[in-house]
Amino acid sequence: MDQTLIGRVFPATKPYSVSEEKVREFVTATGGTYDGGAAPATFPIVLAFDAMNAFLEAESIDLFRIVHGEQKFSYQRPVRPGDVLIATLSVASLRQIGGNDIIGTTSEITDEAGALVCATSATLVHRAAAE
Amino acid sequence: MTLPTQTYTITRADLVRYAQASGDHNPIHQDESVALSVGLPGVIAHGMFTMALAARAVTTWFPDAEVLSFGCKFTNPVVVPADRGVDVEVAGEVKPGDDGLTTVVLTVTCGGLKVLGMPRAVVRA
Repeated sequence: MDQTLIGRVFPATKPYSVSEEKVREFVTATGGTYDGGAAPATFPIVLAFDAMNAFLEAESIDLFRIVHGEQKFSYQRPVRPGDVLIATLSVASLRQIGGNDIIGTTSEITDEAGALVCATSATLVHRAAAE
Repeated sequence: MTLPTQTYTITRADLVRYAQASGDHNPIHQDESVALSVGLPGVIAHGMFTMALAARAVTTWFPDAEVLSFGCKFTNPVVVPADRGVDVEVAGEVKPGDDGLTTVVLTVTCGGLKVLGMPRAVVRA
């Protein structure tokens, strides 16, 4: 991976409609119960992950070589059913440690009006192939 | 103030459900041979699954609070055996701020080992 990636902004993901069904599925999968209302704090990862997948595909990076290093969310407001959201990923940093690439990304999740809902940063560890 | 520690059990079936719900179908969370091939000790839980459990604890402690920020590092993998579940413990300390916001400093461990680094949430309680 080369340093020209830093600062690159990748195309926004396709609009994602947040439904009660998807939020309930997410809550149930993490052992909770959902009675309507705001989505849980880590739900925006669904959008951020979509953006990351598109980035990995564009850069021909294998998902199975990626391990999550860090994740931070900063919320302007909670995500709610009915929201139509997109995520726009940019590469913030790139360094190498022990043959692994450490990729810092930021995804901005915005609503139909273009307002920021959540900014999330992820550190992705790209594990080198074994010698 | 110390919050009551929450214990959650993670099984392989949970990882399948989480993969479906989140869209994260990375095979290192399903397939032992792929996990071993990239140098992992076995099938590991999605870091985001463990983080979601930590968020669930915050919601249990502060049911009606708005979460303003939430972050952590993934410092040690949670290895999930094929034949049984593994327990993750989520402990929390409250640090009230003078701005009306509450910082929840979490400690998330598996088998006594911290699996999340610096997990913390800021909530408006």
